[in-house]
Amino acid sequence: MHRDLRIRDLRSKGSAATPALLALLITIMVVATVYVFAANLYPAPTAITAIGEMIDRQYDMTLWVTGIVFILSQLGLAYAIFRFRDRGQKAAFTRGNNTLEVIWTSATIILFVGLGLLGRKAWGETRFTPAEPNAIQVEVTTNQFAFNFRYAGPDGKFGRIDTKQISASSGNPLGLDSNDPAGKDDIVVPTLTVPVNRQVELVLHSQDVIHNFYVRELRLQQDAVPGLAIPIHFTATKIGQYEVVCTQLCGLGHYHMRSLLNVVSDEDYAAFLKASAQ
Amino acid sequence: MSSHAHSAPHAMPAPTGFISKWVFSLDHKVIGIQYFLLALAAVCLGIVLSVLMRFHLVWPSAHLPFITGGQMTPEQYLALVTMHGTIMVFFVLTTAPQSGFGNYFLPIQIGAADMAFPRLNMLSFWTTFLAFVAIIAAFFVPGGSPISGWTAYPPLSGLGQVTGPGEGWGQTMWIVSIALFCGASLMGALNFIATIIDLRAPGMTLMRMPLTCWGWFVTAILGLLAFGVLLAAGVLLLLDRSAGTSFFVPASEVVTDTLLNHKGGSPILWQHLFWFFGHPEVYIAILPGMGVASHLLSTFSRKPIYGYRAMAYAMCGIGFLGFMVWGHHMFISGMSPYSGFAFSVLTMAIGVPSAIKTFNWLGTLWNGKIQFTSPMLFALGFVSLFISGGLSGLFLAQPAVDNRLHATYYVVAHFHLVMGVAAIFGIFGATYFWFPKMFGRMMSEPLGKLHFWITFAGAYCIFMPMHFIGIAGAIRRYADYTGVQYLAQFQPVHKFMTIAAFITAAGQLIFLWNFFWSLKHGAKASDNPWHATTLEWSTATPPPHDNFGGHYPSVYRGPYEFSVPGVTEDYVPQHLAPQEVPRSK
Amino acid sequence: MPIASVNDVVEIIEPKRGGPSGPSKPPRGFGGGGNGGGSGSDSPGRQRAYVTGMTVALGGILMFFMALVSAYIVRKGAGTDWRALIVPRILWVNTAILIISSFTLSRSRRHFLRDDLQGFRHWWYVTTALGFLFLVGQLIAWRQLNAAGVYLASNPSSSFFYVFTAAHGLHILGGLGALLAVAFHKGRRMSLATSSSVVAMYWHFMDGLWVFLFLLLTLGR
Repeated sequence: MHRDLRIRDLRSKGSAATPALLALLITIMVVATVYVFAANLYPAPTAITAIGEMIDRQYDMTLWVTGIVFILSQLGLAYAIFRFRDRGQKAAFTRGNNTLEVIWTSATIILFVGLGLLGRKAWGETRFTPAEPNAIQVEVTTNQFAFNFRYAGPDGKFGRIDTKQISASSGNPLGLDSNDPAGKDDIVVPTLTVPVNRQVELVLHSQDVIHNFYVRELRLQQDAVPGLAIPIHFTATKIGQYEVVCTQLCGLGHYHMRSLLNVVSDEDYAAFLKASAQ
Repeated sequence: MSSHAHSAPHAMPAPTGFISKWVFSLDHKVIGIQYFLLALAAVCLGIVLSVLMRFHLVWPSAHLPFITGGQMTPEQYLALVTMHGTIMVFFVLTTAPQSGFGNYFLPIQIGAADMAFPRLNMLSFWTTFLAFVAIIAAFFVPGGSPISGWTAYPPLSGLGQVTGPGEGWGQTMWIVSIALFCGASLMGALNFIATIIDLRAPGMTLMRMPLTCWGWFVTAILGLLAFGVLLAAGVLLLLDRSAGTSFFVPASEVVTDTLLNHKGGSPILWQHLFWFFGHPEVYIAILPGMGVASHLLSTFSRKPIYGYRAMAYAMCGIGFLGFMVWGHHMFISGMSPYSGFAFSVLTMAIGVPSAIKTFNWLGTLWNGKIQFTSPMLFALGFVSLFISGGLSGLFLAQPAVDNRLHATYYVVAHFHLVMGVAAIFGIFGATYFWFPKMFGRMMSEPLGKLHFWITFAGAYCIFMPMHFIGIAGAIRRYADYTGVQYLAQFQPVHKFMTIAAFITAAGQLIFLWNFFWSLKHGAKASDNPWHATTLEWSTATPPPHDNFGGHYPSVYRGPYEFSVPGVTEDYVPQHLAPQEVPRSK
Repeated sequence: MPIASVNDVVEIIEPKRGGPSGPSKPPRGFGGGGNGGGSGSDSPGRQRAYVTGMTVALGGILMFFMALVSAYIVRKGAGTDWRALIVPRILWVNTAILIISSFTLSRSRRHFLRDDLQGFRHWWYVTTALGFLFLVGQLIAWRQLNAAGVYLASNPSSSFFYVFTAAHGLHILGGLGALLAVAFHKGRRMSLATSSSVVAMYWHFMDGLWVFLFLLLTLGR
C-alpha cells in the first residue's frame, strides 16, 4: 500500500510546471508557424501562368481553412492541457455528446469535401482541358540524367524515332531515323525556349526510367513515363529564365538532372528557331 | 459456460529451457518483446541512417571515416534514403505498435491466455527476423543497397545493375526481404483477427474492448488485405528482373545507349499495386498509435473516453476509406486525371474520421483531471503532431495543389509528422505506460519527461521548417544542392534542421538508457500503478505464463470507467463484478 | 450521496446510452465473446478460431490472387504486345479433375458427419489422389507449352499463365499436405471435425479459384 501511494504521488504531482511548459511549447510552435507564413519568410516565386495563379488561389484558400483549424485546435489543446491539469479536482463524468459528434462530423465533411470539390477547377484547367490546336508543339525526351527538347522545324512535322539509332555519344540522343526526311529539320536542344503568351504543348517521353518535368514557376509537375507519351500544356505570361528539374527519383544523378525554361518575346523566339535550324 | 472451464489450468505449462522460453517461445508476451526488441534495433539503425543523410545534405564534402572513399557519393546517399524508408516503415512502424505491443497486450486486454495460434505467431516473428536479416544483408552485397527508394518504382528497380549501383543484388535482396515481411505480416494479421473474434473473455463484447484493441483489430484487417497485394507485386517485379518478363518494364528501353530486350510492360501498374498496399500501410502504422493515444488520454485525464462509439467507428471508417485513396500518391504519374480527381475527393473525405478522433481527444481532456506522466505527455504530443501532420495532408490531397507540392520537402514533412513521428510518439507512450506491466519496474519519470521535451521540440524543429522550404520548391531525394541553382537558398534552413536532428537523435539515448537501466534498477511496480481499468492491470506484474494464473476474468463494463459518481476510487476496473465495486457511503 | 442499493450502483456505472455499455452481467456462452481462450485446447473457442482463421486466411489469399488478376487485366489493356495464349487442352481435363475432387471431398465430409469414419477416409484418400493428379496434369501442361516454345518470358500472356498456374499450384501443394495431415490425423490440438472442415474449406476455395482463373485464361485471353 505504501509503495502504491508513492507511485500515485508520482502520477499526480500537482505541479503546474509541466503543463505550463507543454502548453507554452505548443503555443510557441503555433506562433512561429503563423509568423513564418504571415511574414512570408520563404516565398515561393510568383506563378507565371494564369493556371498557376488559379492553383495558388486554391492553395491560399486551403491555407486559410487549415490555418484556422490548426490555430484553434492546437491552442485549444494547449488551453486544455493547462486549464484541466490535476489540481485535486474531480474529473467530470461524461461519455460524450451525440449532438456534438453530429455537428463536427457534418462540419468537417462540408469543409473538407467542399474544399476538394472546389479544387476541381484548377486541376481541370491543367489536365482535363486539352491543348489548343494551334499550340506550339515541343517533344520532351528524358533519360538518365538529361532533358532533350525537340521542335518540329519549318516543315511542322516530327521525324520518326528509331530506338536502335539512339546514341547520345554520337550526337543523336533521341534516335532520329536518318532515313526519314521529316526529321532532317527537327531541332533538338537541351533547353526549352518558348514565346511569351503563346500556348505550348509538351509531350513527355522517357527512354529509360521514370523522370519528371517540374518548373515551380509554372506550378506544373508531370512524370515522364517510358512507354507513354504524356501531354501537358501551359501559357507562360512572363519573360524570363526558369529552372526545369526532375522530381522523380531516377538514379544516382537525379540531383543534377536539370534544364532551363526560357520564356522569350516572339522576336527572340523566331531568332532562336532560326539559329537552332543551322 | 461452466466454472470448471474458467479455472482450468493452462493447456501449456510454462517452458523452462532458455531456448523454448526466450528464443522459440510460443508465449505471445515473449514474442511481443522479441518484436519490440527487433523494432528497437531497427529504429536505432534507421535513426543513424537519417542522421547521416542530414549530415551529408549540409556538409556534402565532409570526410566520413567509415565510408569507402571518405566522401559520400550520390548513390550512397540514395541508398540511405531507401534503407531509412524501408527499415522505418516496415521494421519499426509496422512492427513495434502492432506486432510488438499488440502481441503482448491484445490477448491480455481481451482476457485470453494467448493468441489463437501460438505456433503461427512464433513463425511470424522468425519470418520477420529473416526479412530483417535480408534487408541488412543488402548493405553488404556487391553494389550495395538499392537506390530506388522505399517505393521501388520500376523501371529503375526493374532492370538490374544498368540503372545504377545497388540496383543489382541490393534491389533483389530488398524484394526478398519485403516478400518475407509480407508473409510474416499476413500470418500476424490472421492471428490477430481470429484472436479478437473468438477468444474474448465472457462479457468482453466488441463495444467493451479497449480502443487499443480496436486499433489492432482494424490494423490487422488492413494488413490482411494489403500485404498480399504487395507480395504479388514483389513476385512480378522479381520476375521482371530475373526471368526477363515484362510486367512493369516497358518496351524499347534504352539505358546509356544500349537497347534492352523488354516488351511493353506498364510502370504505372506497379505504382497502382504498390500504393494499393502503401496507403493502407500508412494507417497500419498510425491506427495502433491512435488506439494507444485514446487509451492514455482517457486514463490520465481520469475521464471516460469521449465518444467511444464514434472513436471505434472512426477507426473502421479510416480503414475502409484507406483502401480507396491510393491514387492520391499518383496524381502526376500519368494516371487518368479524372480518376485522380475521384481519388482526391475520397482523400478529403478520409480527413473526416481523423477529425472526429481529434475532436474526441480534445473532448476527453476537457474538464478532466490531467496527470502529466511520461506516457501522457507522449499521448498529448501525439495529438499535437497528428493535428499538424494531418492538416498538411489536405493540401496534398488536392491534385491541383499537388502539382505544386509533389515531391518537395513538404511531402516529406507531412508524412514524417503524421505517420512517422506521431506513430513513434504512440510507441513511446505505450512503452512508458506498459513497461511496468511487462518488466515489473517503473521507468524513470524525470528521464522520461526530459526525453519527451527533447523529442517533442526536436520533432517540430526538424519537420516544421521542412514544410516551408517545400512550399518554396525544395525538392526531396536530392543528394546535394549543387545541381539546381535555386536550391542553394534553402541551405541555412537545412543546417537548422540538421542540428535539430542531431539533438533529437542524441535525446533518444536518454530513452535507451532509461529503458535498459530501469529493467534492473527501476522502482518496483505494483500490479496497477496507473490505477487503470483494463484487464492487463487486473493480473500480476509481470503477468504469469498463462496471463491470469489459471483464473479467467469476466468483464462487466466498458474499458474507460473513470471518475464514476458514487464510487470510492476514481476508476472501476473492467473485471470487477458490480457488487465488488467499492462505493462511497 | 445517499446510500445506494447495489442495483443503483449498477445503473450508475452502466448507463444504457452513449457509451460502451451492456448488460451488467457478462453474457454466457456465445454472443458476448469467447470462452477466455486458454481453457483447454479443445475448447469451443479454440476450435472456432481455426475456422475463423481459415476464413481470414482465404481472404488474404484472395487478395493476393486478385492483385495478380487486376495486373493481368491492366497489363493486357496497356501494351500492344499482347498475344492471346492458346491454353493446352489438358487444362480442361485438369479442371474437371479438380471439380470432381471437390465433390469427393463433400462426400467424405458427409460420411464423417454420419460418423462413418471408414467412408470418410475412403473418399478423403480419393480426393487426395485427385489432387495429385491435378498437379501432375498442370506439370504436363507446362511441358507441352515448353515443347511448343512458349516460355515464361515469351509474351506477357504466357508470363501470366505461368505465374497463375505456379501460384495456384503451390497453394494446391499446400492443400495436399493438409489433406495428408488430416488423413493421418492423430488428434492433438485440433479435433478431426475441425481439421477436416477447415481443410475442406481451403480445398473448395482453391477449386473455385482455379475455375475462375481458368475462365480468365481461356475466355479473357
